[in-house]
Amino acid sequence: MKRITMDNLPDFIRGTAILGTGGGGDPYVGRLMLEQELTKCGGVDLIDPDDVADDLFAISVACMGAPTVFVEKLPNADATVKAMRRIEKEVGRKFNAIIPLEAGGVNATLPLVVGAQLGLPVVDGDGMGRAFPEFQMTTFNIYGVNCSPFVMADDFENTIVLDTDSALRTERYGRAVCVKMGGIAQVASYAMTGEEIRRTCVPRTVSLAVDIGKRVRELRVEGKEDICEGLAAYFATSQPPRFARVLFDGKVQDVIRGTKDGWTVGNVTMSAAGDSNDEMFVSFKNEYSLAKMNGKTVAIVPDLLFILDRETGEAITTETLRYGQRVKVIGVAATEEMRTPEAVDVIGPKASNITEPFVRLEDLAWNGGG
Amino acid sequence: MHIGVDVGGTNTDAVLLDGNNVVASVKSPTTHDVGSGIVEAISSIMNSSDCDVAEISSVMIGTTQFTNAFVEGKKLVPVGVVRAALPATRSVLPMTEFPPHLISQIGRQSYLVEGGYDFDGSEINKLDERAVADAAKDMRKRDIKSVVVSGVFTPINDAMETCMAEIIRNEIPDCEVTLSSEIGRIGLIERENAAIMNASLADLSKAVVSAFRDALHQLDIHCPFFVSQNDGTLMTSEFAEKYPVLTFASGPTNSMRGAAFLSGVQDGIVADIGGTTTDVGVLIGGFPRESAISVDVGSVRTNFRMPDVLAVGLGGGSIVRETSEGVSVGPDSVALDLLTEAKVFGGKTLTATDIAVAAGYADIGDKSRVADLDTEMIKSAVDRLHGLLETTIDRVKSSKGDVPVILVGGGSILVDRDIKGASEVIRPELSGVANAIGAGLAQVGGEIDRIYSYNDIGREKSIAQAKEEAINRAVQAGASAGSTDIVSIEEMPLAYLPAGAVRIKVKAIGDLKQAEKLQ
Repeated sequence: MKRITMDNLPDFIRGTAILGTGGGGDPYVGRLMLEQELTKCGGVDLIDPDDVADDLFAISVACMGAPTVFVEKLPNADATVKAMRRIEKEVGRKFNAIIPLEAGGVNATLPLVVGAQLGLPVVDGDGMGRAFPEFQMTTFNIYGVNCSPFVMADDFENTIVLDTDSALRTERYGRAVCVKMGGIAQVASYAMTGEEIRRTCVPRTVSLAVDIGKRVRELRVEGKEDICEGLAAYFATSQPPRFARVLFDGKVQDVIRGTKDGWTVGNVTMSAAGDSNDEMFVSFKNEYSLAKMNGKTVAIVPDLLFILDRETGEAITTETLRYGQRVKVIGVAATEEMRTPEAVDVIGPKASNITEPFVRLEDLAWNGGG
Repeated sequence: MHIGVDVGGTNTDAVLLDGNNVVASVKSPTTHDVGSGIVEAISSIMNSSDCDVAEISSVMIGTTQFTNAFVEGKKLVPVGVVRAALPATRSVLPMTEFPPHLISQIGRQSYLVEGGYDFDGSEINKLDERAVADAAKDMRKRDIKSVVVSGVFTPINDAMETCMAEIIRNEIPDCEVTLSSEIGRIGLIERENAAIMNASLADLSKAVVSAFRDALHQLDIHCPFFVSQNDGTLMTSEFAEKYPVLTFASGPTNSMRGAAFLSGVQDGIVADIGGTTTDVGVLIGGFPRESAISVDVGSVRTNFRMPDVLAVGLGGGSIVRETSEGVSVGPDSVALDLLTEAKVFGGKTLTATDIAVAAGYADIGDKSRVADLDTEMIKSAVDRLHGLLETTIDRVKSSKGDVPVILVGGGSILVDRDIKGASEVIRPELSGVANAIGAGLAQVGGEIDRIYSYNDIGREKSIAQAKEEAINRAVQAGASAGSTDIVSIEEMPLAYLPAGAVRIKVKAIGDLKQAEKLQ
């Protein structure tokens, strides 16, 4: 059985930072929280989504709010447990597993912290397959799992139950409550059965984070192969296999960054290494969402975009981008459940204010990039 | 007149400055007791000039000892931490990531009590003063004499930390208390970590500062003395005794400040080329640009201001090899053995220095020893080492466009050509004592980092308040009010908070009061 332990924790954290696709918050505090729990309990078991029993009843947990607040008023595992207990009371059934909402950033670690604390297994999968900024942007929601009852808890373990007709409205009301809770709230939502997990989750993303982090570390130690090329090649063997490609090798020339309606929005322009005149442009709304090479689209959300330090393979986030960084841009295909028309409607270009349609990375990269 | 001293791991350098003139300078070995090395260096510059000790208005000292002591885990004392936060922050206890060799000295004694603030300044909970007193009693029993007080969002309001410090000092009379809000910025764990580093140096800081004080007494110098901080400003000796952590990484800062002074360039790039590495940093207004990301010290993460310096394995001792992919330079170096290992000095290893001599633009050692080197190979090596420097310079630049590049350090003889991306290349004289000169530049700063609500008091009023506060802090630290100016303002609207919450960082810098009075 796969497990998260102190031994693979650094790999896992490195992987969640990369799967944050430019956002998702700094995983530092998440790492410390998990370290604190793992030293007590030794490890957390992962359950493969294909193996979940029908009587499995799982809850997804996350931290909602402003990353600037997370670094002071830290995420709180006890309050998260309280939120989850409140749902148990609401639905009259006990949870016997945790399922992550997000595969990247801080929220990739919180489910493991709670799993470690309660001795519950964690499903090796999630609802986003990367990081996204809002609660309705999940495959759980897209394929009909109800996000209500949605419980928010503060550090005092006060709880607020939202029971709404749509995940989008839950997100909106929840944000308002979150500000009043001090800019951070612990959330439990999307209570789901084994059948729903098998049908809706993006599979094996916890072990994917471990494998990505491990591969980067190994490539670094071996020092033979280019780290980013090596990482892109790894995705052909991931479960499920994903199309991936290094889209660009170059240097950051310009970064424009701002906030709009609570979002971190902006774009980065890069020039190619060597004598090439190629130029890469990547825009972001919290996460990287669109890459254009010489004006032609080469990757578009929900497909994943990583911007990595070309020497170390460490993730560079929208906040740490700056002029002069030597980077490689990697495009990775989202899994099939993230690319159906229903999914693209909720997590596709429109949600990032991009007017062009979604086209699969493999179709773009072969024709436009290359 | 004033004196700048740089106490490095190997050398203690001193300079005598008369306003903007370097009157005398010296390099002498650092001694085990620190003090006698300082006495030696200062005596030497006093002797070589006609200056009388009575004319010295202030002495500024830069030192790397505290950084080294923490990284090596030497001479640290046990620390207790009291964090005002409950019911928040239980999921990460203080010192979670401190490595075993530090924990064995510092311990892991911590107490969480009710208190702390929300981002808008309201209290999470009233401070539980009784719990603070109980913690203090427990620490007294455990013989802990250096304590950190921290709390959620205390950079917004230091009232709780101040109150906690008072309670603790009442319970443990001879206790040193470090306030996290005095040291770090927003980011509870990183700020608390920096405060713990500081507290662990309590004994060493007293010893070092009194060694400085005794040395000056011995020299019959009775003016105030100051210690340089990592942002290039000064703190009083009393403050340095309490906050030694603020000297971390002041070495590269002083080197860059000195380079700015010697070259007259306020905005540009400094490359300090040594024997093993080259440190490259950006000057903005005569000060080093600060690192935008968190910096690890001895594998513990902190978030206090540090110079943003990029090091590359290029120096006078860098080993040169012919490989299947062409000629390589570094990153390994013969380091301290340059004078015996390099070919021009009779050794067997081909180094970057040998290449500079063989190419004909540097003249040290025995030139005939590199006469048989292949011309093509020399050319490739020269290309390679200039390329390394150019790439590093380009990586630290904050925007396109050429900027002046200042070369300091003994390894600057490796550079011969124009550098791509440089509008000019400047090699100031006296660059060997740039650190001491940097330490001797008498400026004092103050800064704030807080979250303001534009919805409540508006943007203009928020910024005005922040500026005033930063200036007040600089003046409190010893700057003359008239000379103090705002040097940077950063405004960062907070994502996910639609309520007009904006984080503002302001920094003010002014001239040292004493120095001004006597000029």
